Amino acid sequence: MDIFVQQIINGLVLGSIYALVALGYTMVYGIMGLINFAHGEVVMIGAMVAITVIKLLADSGLPGVVIVLIGLFAAAVACMAVGFTIERVAYRPLRKAPKLAPLITAIGVSIVLQNVAMLVWGRNYHSFPPILPTSQHEILGATITSLQVAIVLIAALTMAGLMLLVHRTRLGRAMRATSENPAIAQLMGVDIDRIISLTFVIGSALAALAGLMVSANYSIAHYYMGFILGLKAFTAAVLGGIGNLAGAMLGGILLGLIESLGAGYIGDLTGGFLGSHYQDVFAFFVLICVLVFRPSGLVGEKVAERA
Amino acid sequence: MNAPTRPIFFDALRRNKSTAIAATVALGIVLAALPFLIGSHLGNSWLRILDFALLYIMLALGLNIVVGFAGLLDLGYIAFYAVGAYLYALLASPHFGLHLPVWLIIPAGAALSGIFGVLLGAPTLRLRGDYLAIVTLGFGEIVRIFLNNLNAPINITNGPQGISGIDPIRLGGVTLAKPIDFLGITVPSLHAYYYLFLALALLIVFITIRLENSRIGRAWVAIREDEIAAKACGIDTRNIKLLAFAMGASFGGVAGGLFAGFQAFVSPESFSLMESVMVLCMVVLGGMGNIPGVILGGVLLTLLPEIFRHGAGPVQQAIFGKVLLDPEALRMLLFGLALIVVMLYRPAGLWPSTTRRREFRGDAA
Repeated sequence: MDIFVQQIINGLVLGSIYALVALGYTMVYGIMGLINFAHGEVVMIGAMVAITVIKLLADSGLPGVVIVLIGLFAAAVACMAVGFTIERVAYRPLRKAPKLAPLITAIGVSIVLQNVAMLVWGRNYHSFPPILPTSQHEILGATITSLQVAIVLIAALTMAGLMLLVHRTRLGRAMRATSENPAIAQLMGVDIDRIISLTFVIGSALAALAGLMVSANYSIAHYYMGFILGLKAFTAAVLGGIGNLAGAMLGGILLGLIESLGAGYIGDLTGGFLGSHYQDVFAFFVLICVLVFRPSGLVGEKVAERA
Repeated sequence: MNAPTRPIFFDALRRNKSTAIAATVALGIVLAALPFLIGSHLGNSWLRILDFALLYIMLALGLNIVVGFAGLLDLGYIAFYAVGAYLYALLASPHFGLHLPVWLIIPAGAALSGIFGVLLGAPTLRLRGDYLAIVTLGFGEIVRIFLNNLNAPINITNGPQGISGIDPIRLGGVTLAKPIDFLGITVPSLHAYYYLFLALALLIVFITIRLENSRIGRAWVAIREDEIAAKACGIDTRNIKLLAFAMGASFGGVAGGLFAGFQAFVSPESFSLMESVMVLCMVVLGGMGNIPGVILGGVLLTLLPEIFRHGAGPVQQAIFGKVLLDPEALRMLLFGLALIVVMLYRPAGLWPSTTRRREFRGDAA
């Protein structure tokens, strides 16, 4: 029983991080119909910048939480700048081009960011300094650290804030209008260039937060970490129904739970034939099943007809 | 600026038979002499790169059937290459002690990859565009993860270490791994592989050209342009789409088998998502759906990273007097920039087909 609870807790923590990253994919897809393949690398840049700043300040005598907040701020600024630039340079000129062209530039951007990170931070793993106060709590026979509690709570609050932004503010209404029909939105006086830029900036800020969370949770960051994280988060976004905010959150949490429960129990289920290193297969297999039986994702409304 | 001259050049070839024959002969001589020119001027490492360029051309042409003709975005194409390569590795290596002949394994690899193609295609028939892309991506990753982990409890793929000591390709009792004496000329191993790969690449080019203008090829294009209209015209979209997956996959399987024999070593690392992405870039960058464009894309994207690899260190040495930046990172950085720049200035690819070029102009205007 306690293993089950433990896996649920791990899944929730992992899932909240996936959900934050998935929101970045889903927002961009909803507005432009484009897979922003480079989003995972933005998360990586966020993690790297945060770790660098936190390492610099680690001996300054400031309280740990303040240092982490400064690190988060620096990461958010860096990621927003990167996200803004990516959209301007690699996507905006291709808005009317064949659909595969921006996909290729996205891959190009992702290769560039990865290698810039390798030039700046090297090939080594960077460890997260132990500056946060940690305490362990017992719930139903499983342990949860204060950091994990904080990750889940902050992720939930951020997502609630994003929902408010999209559904209650003027900017949010403009975003929804653009995603519905850019041409008509423009006729109604929406500056769609500005809205698209802002969407990238907001998504990148979420990516910075997710990057900080990943590196704090696993105490490690690496120039190559963005790739698999981005892949998983994109899977989560599709699982929920890409283009749908609530779907991205649901997909993220579900994928986190599926992965940790799958990894925990796959050995028992198959009599030891398949081990926990099949964790990734599990995630992709579930994804394929969902798409085959419900091609629009769990909460997506329309069936995709875009080529 | 040279856009109008190119079609005129090809029209001249079409109208004038003797010019066409002369051009074919000239091209044949260049292709036949290429390994000797490169071998004597640039050395063996570039010969290997040339051999790989031919393998990538086969892969790109196979993927072009799926993505370029039928319009089905496939991000897991490398899985079929892996199936072909691992089949060769298992049936012709000390790993299981089997040493079956090439002429049996390569067709078997093509067939098995084709079956995998149908296995992937069947459940995804309803999906289009980005959804299909993510499912195929997942499929590719699943195949790679299985290759990585199927060493326990029964050792089938030997896990991350891969399979080594694979038999070289042997044709009619002659192994290609050693220099061959042919009519008094000694043909080194890399040259022999080049001619074999060239022959198969030409065969694949021929098949693709014949397919493009066949009933099936036109059905693929019809599905790409409008699936519902194609169905209304009496095209059996289900079977035609499955056929695209199977044909594309079988080309990948052939290339994979050749790769295993050539390299004498396979490991799951060679079949990462990045490789799928690379082949897709070849197709899109070259000019989707246009056979000469795809070949150009295959050659360019094989050569560019290698040119950057050889250039990144020495050029820095010459300019700054020392190597400032990690050449490996720098070469991929330049490669990524090249992808972005080419797509920004030629969004329809370097050498798009005339129809696509016309469509795209109309679209942009």
